[in-house]
Amino acid sequence: MTATPSRHPGLNLGRAHQEAHDACEVLVFGFWVFMMSDLIIFGLLFANYVTQLDALAGGPGPGELFEMKSAFLETLLLLTSSFTYGLASYCLKYRHGRGWLTAWLGVTLLLGLAFIGFELHDFHKMAGEGGVPSRSGFLSAFFALVPLHGLHVASACLWMVVLMVQMCVHGLDTGVKTGLVRLGLLWHFLDIVWVGIFSLVYLGGLA
Amino acid sequence: MTDTTPPCPRRFGRFAAGLAIMPLLAGCSHAHLSFLAPQGPIAAAQRDHFWLVIAITLVVVLPVFVLTPVIVWRYRYGGRAAYRPRWSFSRRLEYVIWGIPFLIVGILAVFLWRQTYALDPYNPLPADNEPLHVQVVGYDWKWLFIYPDQHIATVDELVFPDDRPLALELTSDTVMQSFFIPSLGSQVYAMNGMVTRLHLAADGPGRFRGENSQYNGKGFHTQRFTARAVSDATFSDFVERVRRQGRALDRPTYQILDGRNTVPELARALDGTGDDALRFSAIPDGLFSAIVAGVPIQSLLPGPVVTSARQTPLHQPQGGTP
Amino acid sequence: MTLNHFLDLALGRLDWHALPFWEMIEQPTLSHIVNGSIVTAAASLVVLGALATVVLITRFGKWRVLWSDWLTSVDHKRIGIMFIVVALVMLARAIIEAVFMRAQQAVGLDGGFLSAEHFGEFFTTHGTIMVFFMAMPFLTGVINYVMPLQIGARDLSFPVMNSVSLGLTAAGAALIMVSLVLTPFSTGGWSGYPPFTEASFNPGAGVDYWIWAVTLSSLGSTMTGINFAVTIYKERAPGMHLFRMPLFCWTALCTSILMIFAMPPLTVATAMLALDRYLDFHFFTQDLGGDMMNYVNLFWLFGHPEVYILILPAFGVFSEVFSTFSGKRLYGYKGLVIATMCIAVLSFTVWLHHFFTMGQSPSINAAFGIATMLIGVPTGVKIYDWMLTMYRGRVRLTIPMVYALGFLILFVLGGMTGILLANPSIDYQVHNTLFLVAHFHNMLVPGLLFGMLAGYQMWFPKAFGFRLETRWGYRAAYAWIAGFILAFFPLYALGLLGMPRRAVGFIEPAYLPWTIIAGIGALVVLFALFSLVMQFWLSLRHRHENRVPVGDPWDGRSLEWATPAPVPEYNFPVTPEVSSRDAFMREKDLGQAYQRPAEYRDITMPANSALGPILTVTGFLMAFGLVWYLWWLVLLAGVASVGALIARSFVRRTTKVISAEEVRETHEAWLRQVDETQAVKRDKEQDTSNRGRPAAPVSGAVQ
Repeated sequence: MTATPSRHPGLNLGRAHQEAHDACEVLVFGFWVFMMSDLIIFGLLFANYVTQLDALAGGPGPGELFEMKSAFLETLLLLTSSFTYGLASYCLKYRHGRGWLTAWLGVTLLLGLAFIGFELHDFHKMAGEGGVPSRSGFLSAFFALVPLHGLHVASACLWMVVLMVQMCVHGLDTGVKTGLVRLGLLWHFLDIVWVGIFSLVYLGGLA
Repeated sequence: MTDTTPPCPRRFGRFAAGLAIMPLLAGCSHAHLSFLAPQGPIAAAQRDHFWLVIAITLVVVLPVFVLTPVIVWRYRYGGRAAYRPRWSFSRRLEYVIWGIPFLIVGILAVFLWRQTYALDPYNPLPADNEPLHVQVVGYDWKWLFIYPDQHIATVDELVFPDDRPLALELTSDTVMQSFFIPSLGSQVYAMNGMVTRLHLAADGPGRFRGENSQYNGKGFHTQRFTARAVSDATFSDFVERVRRQGRALDRPTYQILDGRNTVPELARALDGTGDDALRFSAIPDGLFSAIVAGVPIQSLLPGPVVTSARQTPLHQPQGGTP
Repeated sequence: MTLNHFLDLALGRLDWHALPFWEMIEQPTLSHIVNGSIVTAAASLVVLGALATVVLITRFGKWRVLWSDWLTSVDHKRIGIMFIVVALVMLARAIIEAVFMRAQQAVGLDGGFLSAEHFGEFFTTHGTIMVFFMAMPFLTGVINYVMPLQIGARDLSFPVMNSVSLGLTAAGAALIMVSLVLTPFSTGGWSGYPPFTEASFNPGAGVDYWIWAVTLSSLGSTMTGINFAVTIYKERAPGMHLFRMPLFCWTALCTSILMIFAMPPLTVATAMLALDRYLDFHFFTQDLGGDMMNYVNLFWLFGHPEVYILILPAFGVFSEVFSTFSGKRLYGYKGLVIATMCIAVLSFTVWLHHFFTMGQSPSINAAFGIATMLIGVPTGVKIYDWMLTMYRGRVRLTIPMVYALGFLILFVLGGMTGILLANPSIDYQVHNTLFLVAHFHNMLVPGLLFGMLAGYQMWFPKAFGFRLETRWGYRAAYAWIAGFILAFFPLYALGLLGMPRRAVGFIEPAYLPWTIIAGIGALVVLFALFSLVMQFWLSLRHRHENRVPVGDPWDGRSLEWATPAPVPEYNFPVTPEVSSRDAFMREKDLGQAYQRPAEYRDITMPANSALGPILTVTGFLMAFGLVWYLWWLVLLAGVASVGALIARSFVRRTTKVISAEEVRETHEAWLRQVDETQAVKRDKEQDTSNRGRPAAPVSGAVQ
């Protein structure tokens, strides 16, 4: 294992997957760069959210709108899904069959979809209490930041489905493997962004 | 115009469209235009700073102008000067080309820091007399000057005594604008829901061109005004005259003032002619802060309540939907 | 469902009023007729131009060639050329708009012929096009073409993404072109400040055109930045250490890093503005807690690094030009690299100088002012490095060199006015005036456009195999310089006289002489554009006399000159090994250029992909649908885009192989040609005898 030089930060596929391992060098580096760019977008939306904390315009604020229980549950779901994706990555690297890999991916997908479901439920509930983006600058900032993360998760889920279908069509080939490595990065990245959202938006809103 | 206004000289190259607005804009070429011919202490300091920065920067700039042609000629293809195709570094020269710009920026930075503090538009100006307070509101496409202590207001006409500095508070009732009297000093943005400040002073009596320099729609280029510094006595006369002959700022009038129109259009809408058409008497206290806070102005003003929408869009929406 | 209902759904808010001549038919006043005729003529040009292109392609039966050799090609060289074609078309339009604006102001004392609204559209499209659809595609195209060749790569890291970047930029450009036919465009300026661009003040389609055109372009540029940066980090030939790269590659690297970090703020700003306008959010509105100052910060957080995105590649081109045409190594290579990096980093620390006058405290203004002036240091160093590159060289006044020298002198002046503007106390006087307009044109016309045009003149023979004609070429270069001086120096004067930017008319007679001179300058610039067209036309006609098949017409220094002109698809028959800076010049010095490779191997190249053109169409249709509220079209195009991306991810045959035999044949034929070609001295450089093989130096001196 130590004999294979690391091609990129993060989990390397290693010699057993030589072709995919080599292909990952450029693809994963490019994906890191893309995530840096994406992180700027989230960073700016965080900054915008902070500047708009007081822009309630008489509308409902964090205290009235946020439900900690639900946000905490969402956090657990997403963190668990990161763990299960990690298991899927290990299956990809060390167990060269498709069974366990598909199973863990399936669990991750379900957790991701559950997260989106809970989040949509939250938004619906907020809307019922007058928490809609057109109500105030604060709510606009909230609805730019949090649903954008949700949209990322949804896209990642779609990507996962596409990769699973590709696995059926092409088998576990280089294209699928490199895709899974990159999706893993995205999945963990979105987890980190969510930790930021949970701390700053939800916990910060409580304070 | 008022009694102190010199007659406008003839101008050539004038096109028909502009004729009608001229008198109302007080658009006379006699007004001072530029800070390079400063009419107040701020503009004078800015001019001095301007030339100083140019002089210091020339230390780096002039050698480029002089040496470039010399080098191109001396080392031309076919010339006989030394040719060193592999020469590409000299430590001594590096010190010079990094050192001198750093030095110059260092010197300039000292001046910059000082001048930025000294000429901060929020600084009250030192003067023997109390400053004159004026509250400036930007509309599409004119300025309203409220004299809170005198309880009068004017449109596109700023008159002040030449021995008192001006202390301005600015806001905008519409999009962002930039209030600017170049020959007196700095410009500052006027923004909706916010108050910015600006302090200016004139050296003596005179007429100064003022403008909005931030594009705000089709009437933008007409949003010019004249600021006039006059003697104390003339100023008192002016205030008296506006109090006596100015029109009341009632609800329907404010409604029109608040709309999207240029000064000639405004005057036409108000059926006003003559000098006093756009001067208002009996301005209530708190008008400016009400505009900043965005609360309904109607309650402050006399006259029948007007209910129609405040903003008329510049473009009507395209397409069939209303 | 009634017919009306159906039409509402099908046509959104499109109706007769969108036609450029509708207003003048409904209300035939003089002003409406004049302005309506101008727009109608422009719209007709767009429509006829598009029709003529279609007819010509059909007539010569070139659809297949267009599709398989160009549109679906993922070859970095072809994509680069297509980027530059987009840039030149848009350049022509934006220059014509500039001429209209200068003409209006030349007669703008109390009147003129353009309506205020129309003038507003002119300055908005001019600025938007010049920044996003002329400058960005031009520099992207030049980097695309040159950078992989200079680092000895076969292509970019992500060739299909490159094609998608081109597609999105082209879709944005097409959207702006369509706004001439289905009017109006925004009047909010290239920076689109709210609340003026909010629905409460400008509910029409104009601002939406602007938002979506800019958004398409910024997405494309983000991808371009990622692509370039990864390519430079990962695809360099063996031995091509970072500090052996030609300076142009360094500037390309810095520019792409800036793109990666600076385009997102723009995307965020335009997306938020769109949310405000479409879904009634309150980011920048005046009511319910919106704050327009957030937009201003976001926009300039992009906007200032953008200036250096634009200028750095031109600095790279000039570095190549100065050393090539002085027959000498670049002076202070490491200093130039450090200076470039300094500029890139500092560019993120100065955005506030675009709004010193917003009323913040003097300490903030002073800090940003000093940071701004600091950028002057590395920039000044660069200027002197270029002068020292010519010093002790053999300077040849070729056309690229004329542009470079014009740049050197004029740019320094622009730098000086930049230092002036960096002083908040002076900025309070010249901000928002024509002084500012003169300043940034002074930076961008010599600093970007001259650089790109110099690059175009220098690398054209590399790309097409023949040199450009010189007589009209010189005319264009001198006319650009003279036209620039005439058009923009008066604007400095006007700014100092307090004339605000973006004014359709004025009432001060003192402005008139200056606006007239500036108008004449605009005509000279128009002549420069005409000269470029003439040059291209004559070059095309005399291409056979001007061929440079050997591929090194200027005695070049970096690897791209070691290849035939035009360059084969695979760039290098075998990947070059690099052992020093100025890699090709070293080979020539050692007499080791044009060597026969020991063996040839099969070359794997990326295969064509239709993804780029598909996303061009769907991206355009989605944006167009959003502008006119054609929700069905937005939905269809959106689904088609996602579908195309997914379908592409299933494709497994993404490469093609060029056989070693084919490579050998082509390369050996070229090497024979090299041997047969007469080497020319540098005084014959712009002569028909120059077939692209320079004479070897004699006792060190360039021959």
